[in-house]
Amino acid sequence: MAAPPAREPCPAPSAGDTPPAEVLALRGLTRTFPGVRALDGVSLSLRAGEVRALVGENGAGKSTLIKVLTGVYRPDAGSIELHGEPVRFGTPLEAQHAGISTIYQEVNLIPLMSVARNLFLGREPRNRLGLIDFGRMHREAAGTLSGYGVRADVRRPLRSLGVGAQQMVALARAVSVDARVVVMDEPTSSLEPREVETLFGVVRGLRERGIAVVYVSHRLDELYELCDTVTVLRDGRLVHDGPLAGLDRLSLVAAMLGRELGEVRRKGTTEFSGSHQAAEGEPVLKAEDLTVPHKLHGVSLSIRPGEVVGLGGLLGSGRTETAKAVAGALAPGSGTVAVAGVPLRTGSTPAAIRAGISLLPEDRKSEGIVPGLSVRENIALAALPRLSRLGLVSEARIDSVVETFMRRLRIKASDPHQKVGELSGGNQQKVLLARWLAMNPKVLLLDEPTRGIDVGAKAEVQKLVDELAEDGLGVLLISSDLEELIEGSDRVVVLKDGAVVGELTGDEVTEDLLMRTIAGGAEPALPGGTAPGGEVAGR
Amino acid sequence: MTGIAVRPAAPDRARIGHWLQRYGVYAGVGLLLVVNTALTPHFLSVENFRTQAVQVAPVLIVALGMALAIGTEGVDLSVGAVMALSASVTALYLGYGLPGALLVVALFAAAVGLANGALVALVGVQPIVATLALMVGGRGLAQVLLPQLEDIRNPAMASLGSGDLLGVPYLILIAAGLVLLVAFAVRRTTFGRQLLAIGDNRTAAQLAGLPVKRVLMVVYVCSALLAAVAGVLATARLQASDPTSLGNLMELSAITAVVVGGTPLSGGQVRIAGTVAGAVLIQLLTATLIKHDLPPSWTQMAQAAVIVLAVYAARGRGRR
Repeated sequence: MAAPPAREPCPAPSAGDTPPAEVLALRGLTRTFPGVRALDGVSLSLRAGEVRALVGENGAGKSTLIKVLTGVYRPDAGSIELHGEPVRFGTPLEAQHAGISTIYQEVNLIPLMSVARNLFLGREPRNRLGLIDFGRMHREAAGTLSGYGVRADVRRPLRSLGVGAQQMVALARAVSVDARVVVMDEPTSSLEPREVETLFGVVRGLRERGIAVVYVSHRLDELYELCDTVTVLRDGRLVHDGPLAGLDRLSLVAAMLGRELGEVRRKGTTEFSGSHQAAEGEPVLKAEDLTVPHKLHGVSLSIRPGEVVGLGGLLGSGRTETAKAVAGALAPGSGTVAVAGVPLRTGSTPAAIRAGISLLPEDRKSEGIVPGLSVRENIALAALPRLSRLGLVSEARIDSVVETFMRRLRIKASDPHQKVGELSGGNQQKVLLARWLAMNPKVLLLDEPTRGIDVGAKAEVQKLVDELAEDGLGVLLISSDLEELIEGSDRVVVLKDGAVVGELTGDEVTEDLLMRTIAGGAEPALPGGTAPGGEVAGR
Repeated sequence: MTGIAVRPAAPDRARIGHWLQRYGVYAGVGLLLVVNTALTPHFLSVENFRTQAVQVAPVLIVALGMALAIGTEGVDLSVGAVMALSASVTALYLGYGLPGALLVVALFAAAVGLANGALVALVGVQPIVATLALMVGGRGLAQVLLPQLEDIRNPAMASLGSGDLLGVPYLILIAAGLVLLVAFAVRRTTFGRQLLAIGDNRTAAQLAGLPVKRVLMVVYVCSALLAAVAGVLATARLQASDPTSLGNLMELSAITAVVVGGTPLSGGQVRIAGTVAGAVLIQLLTATLIKHDLPPSWTQMAQAAVIVLAVYAARGRGRR
């Protein structure tokens, strides 16, 4: 890994020289959506040849900022200046014409058209008759793309290329439309390591040509290898802005997660009771070597009955994918999952559920609730076959289960027949919990169980997690809320870029060590607090 | 200023839309009954009601299966072709007796249903495309099996088409029985509940471990079997097997009945009573216009108006 001090010469802001001209300035951008202030007075400046990292966790406002910058959204307040002139983009096309190009995660080109046509779409070279000069177009396309490491027949349809090569075509197109600013939204998320190297080379080339780059990524290694400056957003606000070289990884992670450094003690603001009885015995869940292309690289973890295992890591580190792979919702390329010692067929949700695994998905609305059905039907959904005889639903059995869990989880609905879509987020979450508890699971995978629910419901859910663990369930807890993760878990497994990079147990389960492990990512934290924190930045 | 003026009005309009979607079809049927009682001679007669009911029975039976498919956020365009196919097969196998012929019809229909279901559930083809393929192919097969119209002279078939029990035609009894059966399946069985959940939020249903593929397969098989029943009944009433034109545009009539009956195309709901009323509404509308000597083109335009109204009522209610 390239250490920040040993970076190659570049015209980025370096002390002494006259700084290059400011290309783009965002001042006090604010954008509100019903119920959320997605951007709150965010400013950002970009000089020619600067590569700026834009980072932040879920809901930090990165996507909103990019969308305002590229003309998808209009800001409620604040201004955008391009080369010192105030501008206002009504549409993405206007932003593009002004010289701001964006490369999104998913390639947005036309798969069935040839590579060359995609590259030149809308500005094809013409011959004297005004027809497309295919010969010239193909020659120029091949020439341009070889500079991006793409060596393919440019007459073939774009979709015949690999994802990485398609991304390069998108990038080449973005740059060739005379861009002054290129915004790259997680460009490496689907690239192979070799392709990543090529991409980095291209970005460095952009820097030398004086093009400014906004680079969004969750991979810290990449940021330190590539970027000059960094903007950290959190909850729609700017929390850090400065050169990246002087900033150690730990401070960067702390800024993203919104924690103070050295904050070691347990604050006790959550409802978790602390650690559970030291869980013993054979693991109830054992996942080994789970691998999903581009997402997970040999993740292993085990949970014993009565244990709450936290899964830590930054956004995009593979936490959700791990839970889904265990629950059969994501088919792993390789790896095994066993419940109470019995291996199960991976990639099958029904098989996982039969074995006793329940997943509370991260996206409650699109993956959890069935909004048009009642609270009652939603609770009974998974357990329906158990509440029926010969395919006929037993209303009495459903009633008794629904009543039990509505009381136990204190679900507030006007009556069991109310549509679940009309409930508050917290109550919807409890309905989903009830759906799974009605299945009598052995393992509960909770993916962000308290995100987006009010404080009261949050406390209740946390308390419930404790109770369930005490009843002997194995719980996997995923949470971006560090406090929740620390206080709720007996043990925390830390993921980074789809691989386990550390595990904290017992007294090691502190915010400080957790952040160091997330930031450092290599050595497991050592007991006694002497974690490899000092040199993380220089690794 | 405008914000204040607009805000109270919006929920009102939404409520009217909601009411119209839920109960509009019954109001429409009621209105047509009143209008006809007042204006149409001999409308209030047992004979007339029997005629109307016998005419609506095949559409209604097909619409029941269509309602299931639409409830899963799908559609089944192959129902008309299945009717034609069952007409051909009936004519071909009637020599083995009615029960034997019906068995073969059921096998053919189940095969079409399985093909639809497999394309939708296993291959992942969009329902409209998958069933379009079977719509074209099914009718083709029907015509290959029986190239031209063939008269059917079979006492059992004749009795099925025009016989009655205590004055109620078999056609009506069978249709009523199937309505009750499907309504029961939707309301009381795990299959019915799972169908609605899959139609409302497929991802959630999948993650909750529901047998999504199996339910979809069963839905398309049911739809095909119901269409086959309608095809046999229509053939019995005609006393002829007509694979070329039997069931033509039936898929559209069935979709109309379901949509007019208040079942949203976005899935997650199945209204059986509404579907019955929807089929009856279209039938009464057609009969009324014909009785008053308006050309058939008027009927089509009136149907179009009803569909537009139904779509208007359902507007914006599909997705939240």
